[in-house]
Order: sequence, then C-alpha cells, then structure tokens
Amino acid sequence: MAGNASEYIQHHLQNLTYGLHPEYGLKFAENAAEAKAMGFWAIHVDTIGWSVVLGGLFLFLFRKAAKSMTQGVPGGLQNFVEIMVEFVDKSVKETFHGRSQLIAPLSLTIFCWVFLMNLMDLVPVDWLPALFGAMGVHYMKVVPTTDVNATMGMSISVFLMIIFYSIKIKGVSGFTKELTLQPFNNKLMIPFNLLLEGVGLLAKPVSLGLRLFGNLYAGELIFILIALLPFWIQWALSVPWAIFHILIITLQAFIFMMLTIVYLSMAHEDH
Amino acid sequence: MNLNLTLIGQAIAFAIFVWFCMKYVWPPVMQAMQARQKKIADSLDAASRASRDLELAQEKASQLLRENKEEAAQIIEQANKRANQIIEEAKETAREEGERLIVSAKGEIDQQVNRAKEELRGQVAELAVAGAEQILKKSVDAKAHSELVDSLAKQL
Repeated sequence: MAGNASEYIQHHLQNLTYGLHPEYGLKFAENAAEAKAMGFWAIHVDTIGWSVVLGGLFLFLFRKAAKSMTQGVPGGLQNFVEIMVEFVDKSVKETFHGRSQLIAPLSLTIFCWVFLMNLMDLVPVDWLPALFGAMGVHYMKVVPTTDVNATMGMSISVFLMIIFYSIKIKGVSGFTKELTLQPFNNKLMIPFNLLLEGVGLLAKPVSLGLRLFGNLYAGELIFILIALLPFWIQWALSVPWAIFHILIITLQAFIFMMLTIVYLSMAHEDH
Repeated sequence: MNLNLTLIGQAIAFAIFVWFCMKYVWPPVMQAMQARQKKIADSLDAASRASRDLELAQEKASQLLRENKEEAAQIIEQANKRANQIIEEAKETAREEGERLIVSAKGEIDQQVNRAKEELRGQVAELAVAGAEQILKKSVDAKAHSELVDSLAKQL
C-alpha cells in the first residue's frame, strides 16, 4: 500500500511534459525522470492548455457581456461582469493613485484568471486525470496554479512591469538612485543599499509567485491525500476542506491582484 | 517542479490576455456603467424637479380655488342684495298704485254723489213748484217765478 500510495501521489504531481529529450529528441515525457532530463527546454502542456482554456473562458464571458452592454437594466451575465469590474475598479482606485489605462484591466485579468485556475482545484482530483488517462494521456495536472511555472510566469511578468514603470516614471537615474541611495544616503553605503534594495526588489516577484503556488500546491496535495482514504469516508474530510478551499482560492486570487496593484503603485510613486 | 519553458509560455499568455482585456473588455463595460450612472443621476434630478413643479402647481391651484370661491361668494351676496332691492321696489310700486286706485275711486264716488244730488235737487225743485201750484191754485208763470224756484232749489 505504501509504495502504491507514493506512486499515486507522484503520478498526480507530474505534469504532462513535452520537450527535447537529450537522447530521444522531441517527445512527451513518459515518466518523471524523462521530464527531468528535458531540463529547461520543455513545456507543461497541461498547465499551458488549462490556463489558456480558462483565460479564454474568462475573456469569452466578459467579452460577450461587454459586447451586449446596455445602459438600461442589466441582465444576469452583465450584472455579474459589472459587479466584478466595479469591485476591481474600486480596489485599484483605493490603492493606486496615478493614471493608468493598463492597471485596472490588468487587475481584472489577474483576479478572474487566477480565480478560475484555482477553481480547478475543487474538481475532484481523479476525475479529469482518469478521463484523460482513458484517452491515452497518462499525466494530467489540471490546476495550473499548482505548477510553479505558471505562477512564476505571471509574477515575473508583473516584475517586468514594475521595472518598466519605475524607469518610465522616475527615469533610469531616478530608479538607480532609489536602489543605491536608500535607506542610507551616503556614497560609502551604496553597495549595502544596493544589496538591501535589490533583495527587496527581487523578493517581490518571488514571494508573489511562490505564495500562490505554495497555497494551491498544498491544497491540492491534501486533496490527493484525502483521495487515498477509503471512498466511503473521503467526504468527511474532502467536503470541509473543499468548503475551506473556496475561501483560499478567492483569497489567493485577491491577494495576487492586490499585491500587483500595490507593487505597481509603488513603482509609480516618486520618492 | 522543474522550471522550464512553461514559464515563458505562461507569461506570453498572460500578456495576451491582459492586452485583450484592456482593449476589448474593460472600456465598453466601464463606458456603459458610467453612462448608466449619469442616466440615473439625470433621472433622479428630473424626478426631484418634477416633484417641485407639482408642488408649485398644487399651490397655485389651491390659491386659484380660494380666489374663485371668494369671488363666487361676493357675486351671490350682490345678487341677494339686488333681489331684496327689486322686491322693495315692487312693494313700493304696488303701494303707490293702490293709493292711486283708491284716490281715483274716491273721486268717482264723489262725482256720482254730486250728480245724484243735482238730480235730486232738480226733482225737489219740480216737486216744490208743483206743490206751490197746488197750494196757490193758480198757475204760476214759470218764467216769472223761475228765480224764486232756483233760489229754493239752491237752498236744498
């Protein structure tokens, strides 16, 4: 049972990887070792696939509502979209005081996309892998945010935006000054300041991405562990955990969005 | 959890989604919401204006009503006064007419009485003459004694 269980867990945590194997060339990895051997030049087809499908779903729904937007009494979908947009717009306006065409839609995209990706966590852990297994696909991880590549991909994008806006607003010299002359405004302290500020700057994307990844990965792992129990007792643990997880996935999506707004608003502020 | 190209793929997908959202989702939604906000604000304004107008109109209407009532009361009073006046005048006329009739009737009565007196007087004179004739047993010249008879008749 023990070997079986660890195999089951490892199987569930393995992404469907497509990449360049040093020996066998371009192919889907058939086990964890092959995936590892592919190194950086590989792609998690399941992560990309699910995240694109979910992002597409989000944009499809919102675009549909936006196209048939009416000034009169809003219908169901429009109502929902308006509530979301208003909620995001309010959050942005409370935190971010500059003028930017980008930041509000960016926040909406982050919130809805991350929420939808997290929501996949509530689909029972064996359903989709079993379905794809029946179709001959042996690895399928359906929650993109439990893949560190997905979360770090987003947080690094945010990081690039932080740097872009820092330079755009403060100029290269302003940004450099911010990194070198704080917190101690003394030429001798430049290396120390640079180290301090550099760590602070780099910690932003790392913490942003790993927070989301860690929460969802842990949640998913617990669902997998619960799935190891006899089927007649699983509900006693999985139902409370799922209900609790509804809070987690919403909260993590919200935190990711809020921190992005905060970081970008810090990038916009001139000291 | 090995880092690989997925990282970049995800970043690209992210950028495309954000671009799409910024271009095709956010502006129409925001625009419609702002337009609705404006519409609602305008409607509320119009409603409050209308209720103020209504209040004014009601006030005006009640004032008109009050004025008209006063006028009507005045007219009724005048009419009553005029009616009384007419009645008084009619009474006066009737009284005058009655008096006039009484006076004329009295005049006629006097006339008739006088006439009757004249007649009687004439008859008495004739009777006196006839009586005197009888007494005197002689014919009396009517002509010679007419003066006497007339004075007699006058004394009657």
